[in-house]
Amino acid sequence: MKQKKTKIFLGLWGFIVLLSLVPSLLQAEESSVPLDKANIDITDLPSLQRGARIFMNYCSGCHSLKFVRYSSLGEGIGIVDASGVLLEEAIKKNLMFVGDKITDTIQRSMTNEEGAKWFEVNPPDLSLVARSRGSDWLYTYLRSFYLDPKRPWGVNNTVFPDVAMPDALYYFRLQFQHEKEGQAKYDQAVLDLVNFLTYVGEPVQLVRKRIGIWVLLFLGVFFVFAYLLKREYWKDVH
Amino acid sequence: MNTDEMNRGRRRFLTASASVIGGVGAICAAYPFLASWAPSVKARALGAPVEVDISKIEAGQKITVAWRGQPIFIVRRTPEELKALETMADLLRDPTSKEPQQPSYADNLYRSIKPEVLVLIGICTHLGCVPLYKPEAGSVEAGWEGGFFCPCHGSKYDMAGRVYKGVPAPLNLAVPPYQYLKETLLLIGDDSHSGGVA
Amino acid sequence: MEIRLVGQRVLGWVDDRFPLSKLWNEHLARYYAPKNFNFWYYFGSLALFVLASQIITGIWLTMNYTPTAEGAFESVEYIMRDVPWGWLLRYLHSTGASFFFIVVYLHMFRGVLYGSYKKPRELVWLIGMVIFLCLMAEAFLGYLLPWGNMSFWGAQVITSLFGAIPYIGDSLVEWIRGDYNVSGVTLNRFFSLHVIAVPLLFVGLVAAHIIALHEVGSNNPEGVEIKKTLNAEGVPLDGVPFHPYYTVKDLMGLAGFLIIFCGVVFFLPEMGGYFLEAPNFEPADPLKTPAHIAPVWYMTPYYAILRAIPDKLLGVVAMGASIGVWFLLPWLDRSPVKSIRYRGFLYKSILFIFVCTFITLGYLGSHPPTPILVLVARVCTAIYFLFFLLMPIYTVLDRVKAVPERVSH
Repeated sequence: MKQKKTKIFLGLWGFIVLLSLVPSLLQAEESSVPLDKANIDITDLPSLQRGARIFMNYCSGCHSLKFVRYSSLGEGIGIVDASGVLLEEAIKKNLMFVGDKITDTIQRSMTNEEGAKWFEVNPPDLSLVARSRGSDWLYTYLRSFYLDPKRPWGVNNTVFPDVAMPDALYYFRLQFQHEKEGQAKYDQAVLDLVNFLTYVGEPVQLVRKRIGIWVLLFLGVFFVFAYLLKREYWKDVH
Repeated sequence: MNTDEMNRGRRRFLTASASVIGGVGAICAAYPFLASWAPSVKARALGAPVEVDISKIEAGQKITVAWRGQPIFIVRRTPEELKALETMADLLRDPTSKEPQQPSYADNLYRSIKPEVLVLIGICTHLGCVPLYKPEAGSVEAGWEGGFFCPCHGSKYDMAGRVYKGVPAPLNLAVPPYQYLKETLLLIGDDSHSGGVA
Repeated sequence: MEIRLVGQRVLGWVDDRFPLSKLWNEHLARYYAPKNFNFWYYFGSLALFVLASQIITGIWLTMNYTPTAEGAFESVEYIMRDVPWGWLLRYLHSTGASFFFIVVYLHMFRGVLYGSYKKPRELVWLIGMVIFLCLMAEAFLGYLLPWGNMSFWGAQVITSLFGAIPYIGDSLVEWIRGDYNVSGVTLNRFFSLHVIAVPLLFVGLVAAHIIALHEVGSNNPEGVEIKKTLNAEGVPLDGVPFHPYYTVKDLMGLAGFLIIFCGVVFFLPEMGGYFLEAPNFEPADPLKTPAHIAPVWYMTPYYAILRAIPDKLLGVVAMGASIGVWFLLPWLDRSPVKSIRYRGFLYKSILFIFVCTFITLGYLGSHPPTPILVLVARVCTAIYFLFFLLMPIYTVLDRVKAVPERVSH
């Protein structure tokens, strides 16, 4: 009886230790600045499309998405007709400013050397930024620029001190300035952009979760049969 | 005694059902590995159809473009060359294109959508060398009326890509899927609207 | 009926030329394993499964991976996005690496719990420890291959540790890297070692590990030697043939394991940044170090020990010793009993403290060192080594209980 009590005690203790690791597991990266929570929903196709448009118009001049193809992106965020065929013309007109084939990857016209020369730090490719920095970080960062005359572009950022990037969304933000609930609308637009970048970071994430459910269900059934088989054979053993 | 037999039956049933479920699982697990060998998005992008502007090709001239890593011959034939095609039958292995070396819209005397413009995959059907374009009369042998000659093992084809008798190559030169987007614009590799633009 | 006869004849033909039936009997159908294997005994066969999975997914990844500094990072994203099912191959391999360590650490802990390293199984333990070294080497080599920023800087830091060795240190580091810094040259050779050299060695060692085990027979949770009590035919009374009893039980264990494994692969492949680290989603940048360099979670205890010692060379020596000391376990443990079930309160408490210390060291190794945490790390390092160094004393002092002759249930 004492052995069993010890085992239960140890088991509980181990479980509590593991439980305490869970909060740290659920964070992508530590940050000393408190971050606003971004309500990411990459099933929201209209949001992803709005985000794509914002990215192409305000970000793609300096930042490439070199691991993403226009065609794959179009299919993934729903720029297709009723039978699922890609709307090539819509993409070429609204989203494609560099490149000429629909299957091209999303490049920029700046070279690395030009980027480094003009901005001190070459503007990085953003295909994976949602995985390296995290969605909350991006959402907060894009809304944390403030005026700072000491910096080359006249702005600084509370989330990324002395960042080399100018406030690229400044002119975009102006349209919301005098609107009713302009701040909320701007926040939603930034959320659309971060939603888009989160999708772009791992386009397969919805597919993998969908398949995962079937895999786990199948394994559950298999486990039941494997257990019954084991129990049947072990009836021999006393 | 009875319980023993019941157990054996139950044991067989459980072993069989676990094996079947496990087998299904193993096949499902193997599928992604095998499927990953299919051409990737990048390969399919690189193998995408190629547009070719044929407005500048003169009569009797051949150009070569690449499609899926293969040389595609595009020849603007002269009226004389087209006429000569009608009398070649005795020299050829497959003069009426019985073998499936061309799509249905090229299943005619000229082996093309429009008679003047010939589109062929420039790979010899013997062992895969790229044949030479030999339009001039007598340039390959006496009586030669124009066509293609493969230098590797001497196979000969006429001006519709049909293979001669008595040469190592067994089949006519293949015709790729293609269509006319405009009077002077071909799309090699995609024939979704073939029958072509008139 | 016909098929069975044909099968028998074919088997006879093979058996005349290759000891197939003999091997089958010796190692499966007539290999008698103790009948009281518990939860801790699943992890050997699970380790074998994860090894097979890593090899197969590794082979498939190599079909699309580019082992150059210019192409590596991009080729991983190509696998994730353009190759059909490439994302699954990648996640299986990255999750498999972490699960390999989870399974192996639990497998080793079973050895500690039940004294499986004690006579006559010392060689099984030693071979297993060499396998553990190979596993760490394989993981370290493989981690450079994605050529992310953490890959690069992790390799830079760990290879520079060899510079601590007096006289030959700096040349040694340059020789290992093949260049003045970690570069594409290092990547190429790490690729070769990771893909073929270490896996070949690994498979050979695993075969030796199993052969050595089968030579003496398995231990069990009671620590009782089942070969001491045989029946008239020479079969251990407390043994069961491995096949079908443990093949069937391990199949069930595999099913349960796969549920957890696939749960991670499909729903949590990054594991909060512990299995796939956030800085590694940026390409390698020799000019920009990540904010916190830490090895992957499974190497953090040893990294904490390295950092706890203020001297570079002594830190490296301590880290090496922290792994090397495990080799001595069969000779440090002087207890007359094998299994923890028959050991006293003294040993159990000390083991409990050691486990807590090991986990704490792991936590410390994955976080930046503040003054308080450094102090804690030093205390933990001391406890860690004392666990081994004092073992010859406290295992003798420990009040053990009488071990039964037979396995009870």
